[in-house]
Amino acid sequence: MTKTFNKHAQLENLDKDERIDVRKILENLEDYHPGKHPWHWREGRNEKRVIGDFEYHETSKPLKQSVPLAGSRGFGYIDPQPDCVITTEIASGRFEDDIRRMRMAAWNGADHIMVIRTAGQSHIDSLIEGTTQGIGGIAVTRKQCRATRRALDLIEEEVGRPLNFHSYVSGIAGPDIAVMFVEEGISGAHQDPQYNVLYRNINGLRSFVDACESKSIIAYGEMLQIDGAHNANATAMEAWKVYPELMVQHALNCAFSVGCGIKPENIALSTVPPTAPPAPCMRLDLPYAVALRDLFRNFKMRAQQNTKFMESEAREATVTHTLDIVISRLTSADIQSTITPDEGRNVPWHYNNIAAINTARQSLNGLDGIREMVKIDREGPLGNQVREFKERAILFMEEMLEIGGYFEAVEQGFFIDNGLYPERKGDGLVRERNGGIGAGTVVARAEDYFAPVSVHYGNNHIPAQFKSASEAIGGDTFEDPAKIIFVDELDPEDNVETRIKEKSHYYDNPNLVRPEVEWLGDGIVVLTLMLPCDKRRAEFASLEIGKRLGLKDCTVIHSQILHPSEGTQIEMKGTVDFDIDLSELNIPEEIPLLSETEIRDYIHTRPITVVAATVGEDEHSVGLKEILDIKHGGIEGFGVHYHYLGTSVPVDKLVDAAIETNADAILQSTIISHDDVHIKNMRKLHDICLERGVRDKFILICGGTQVTNEMALEAGCDAGFGRGSHGIDVASFIVKTLKARETREE
Amino acid sequence: MARKDDYLQRRQHLAQMSDEELYQHFWDLAKQLVAPMLEAGKHYTTPSIERSVLLRMGFSSLEAKPIVNGLIDRELLGHGAGNCVYLLAEKMNLSIREAGLALVEGKYWDQVPDLFQKGEDRHD
Repeated sequence: MTKTFNKHAQLENLDKDERIDVRKILENLEDYHPGKHPWHWREGRNEKRVIGDFEYHETSKPLKQSVPLAGSRGFGYIDPQPDCVITTEIASGRFEDDIRRMRMAAWNGADHIMVIRTAGQSHIDSLIEGTTQGIGGIAVTRKQCRATRRALDLIEEEVGRPLNFHSYVSGIAGPDIAVMFVEEGISGAHQDPQYNVLYRNINGLRSFVDACESKSIIAYGEMLQIDGAHNANATAMEAWKVYPELMVQHALNCAFSVGCGIKPENIALSTVPPTAPPAPCMRLDLPYAVALRDLFRNFKMRAQQNTKFMESEAREATVTHTLDIVISRLTSADIQSTITPDEGRNVPWHYNNIAAINTARQSLNGLDGIREMVKIDREGPLGNQVREFKERAILFMEEMLEIGGYFEAVEQGFFIDNGLYPERKGDGLVRERNGGIGAGTVVARAEDYFAPVSVHYGNNHIPAQFKSASEAIGGDTFEDPAKIIFVDELDPEDNVETRIKEKSHYYDNPNLVRPEVEWLGDGIVVLTLMLPCDKRRAEFASLEIGKRLGLKDCTVIHSQILHPSEGTQIEMKGTVDFDIDLSELNIPEEIPLLSETEIRDYIHTRPITVVAATVGEDEHSVGLKEILDIKHGGIEGFGVHYHYLGTSVPVDKLVDAAIETNADAILQSTIISHDDVHIKNMRKLHDICLERGVRDKFILICGGTQVTNEMALEAGCDAGFGRGSHGIDVASFIVKTLKARETREE
Repeated sequence: MARKDDYLQRRQHLAQMSDEELYQHFWDLAKQLVAPMLEAGKHYTTPSIERSVLLRMGFSSLEAKPIVNGLIDRELLGHGAGNCVYLLAEKMNLSIREAGLALVEGKYWDQVPDLFQKGEDRHD
């Protein structure tokens, strides 16, 4: 019986104000056939684009909905989308929680969602099924892929850009997985038989023969293929010496993939700048990046970020990754991959995926068009270095051929050797030609070998009566998705339904929240501390602090020596075991703003004057000017007349000025909050006005990054405006207050 | 094997090549290195390839595995697992799915060797 082919099987579009309900995603999943999802590059590249006040030269079509970068506040909340695809790698072990993270990632500008597989899957000689919980990744199964793809189909509607879903066609079940990926709408895959041989100790012949079929299927699916060469960088001890080998690995997989039918434009090199600070990494990595782009000019570049030299410090990782992006922009990148800044600590957490995406988005925005002004100088040392890298890679391949080819070279430890080829340290990985997992499983195709499928690599003896191989069976699953057999759960305990049931209180009541970093309600929080002592004692002191605060399972995840005895910075995680019911919180209602027209109309009939200054010993002026200045959407734009007295103004002078100018309101700004000076100055403003008998005459408004409305009210003022406030907030408040007074007087 | 960097001696034959010649040489070498594997792919098959064929014929992973394993046990995988199901279906006048499921249930295996031209699997 034919099943309904229903891409969006009954699910409604997502509402941005509601969390995605994974239970709905799982409903009738067996009838959901995502079908082929060819790789999608961003649209509208290679054209200049005006966004806000700026012209961009390296952007793509904007998103329908997104979360702009924090810094965009000063630029009208613009969110320029770079021209390259941005990758995020997500895999917490529970796909139902990954889906929520994917949605956050898409809203922050990721469109390549890569799912890491659970440890050990590459050695399982079959597809695996169900939704068992993974370790360091998820079990990549049909159900997980289909459910995730279904969610991504909804999320891509929401952000207005197709999302590429990606995982791995590696290990000993490559062709099985490749088939499932095409059927379940996966758009990109890692596929590199060298990865199996070197890092998974899978038999060489098995890996390459399997790869022929896998790659043919990937080609049919119009998926983007990424190779595995970057692993050499992550594995070699002296990672800055593997440049020649990296180029060889890229070349072998590219040439092999083209031979299997993948178009060069669908083959991406997974390339990483091999070094990181404090090494002089740009000088080493830039010539390599240039050499690579020269030799692989017909292929795509998936620029990965360095993981080899990551420690637990997130800031340090972010700087390395930013430098990596500078290399991407100075050369080229079709995909900018991201590594979460916490990868040196743990499996990535929700917000660190977003942090990594934003490092890419921010850097790419900032470097927009840089190549129009800065050019690679090939005349200098870079040119010589580029040539040398290419020659070393060529010598590597020449010697491989001399000794008998790829398998012999692997047997002789050519790869992951810490020497800068042709230097050899003799410490390379050795894999026996006839050894490894799956050895002896490869069989010759007989004279009458036949595979009745529409996509197949190599000899296939199609019976003469059929025009195509799959005609023999009336079409295969690629031609008729209704033939796909969906396997649900195999493990009655370890599956998503059980996990959802255990957390049903969160699913049933979205008002119930608990902090989380990976899984719904995992309770994990992080404390940042500075302790005035040495590192070791600081770590133990932190654990004690965590205990006294009532945190459970405290672990120090990062400690940084600030000085051997003066101080240590600690980041410590722990868990809380309580929920917060959002419906029981006493949250002050947001005050609705008057419209711009209402404000302007009022001021037109009743002019308003204010005096403004940053008070105390405080030289900050930017925030207040943004509130005042017409250019930044300040109150001047609504017709308010203002007197700006400058910075470090004594509070009494500000009050004097208000009296002299017969102002309606006083705007007092304080940024410095050390020793609560901002609160003291708010109180002072109120007190001085009171002393001079003008408290009722003026509307007292305080502002600053650390100021809140509650704080200002408590200090006796009329309103407080904190971080993120705008001119309209202040103008609306003044007009409303004046209107209210008029009503009272009447 | 350990070896000191002898790049300057080894590169002599490359020194006079233009960048374009170097590019061509690089890709000639890469193609030569992968040619034997591309050739092997045409003449060999594996349990994974055969399972992937069965998946595409409308069998689940749970069904594909015993069929492929049954053929490995009988040294008959080289004829193709999909071929086995197809020929069995023809012979017994069954649908493709019925034929495959019968094999999963252990039926008709005695018929299987006669479906193919003679010859056991060759492992090289």
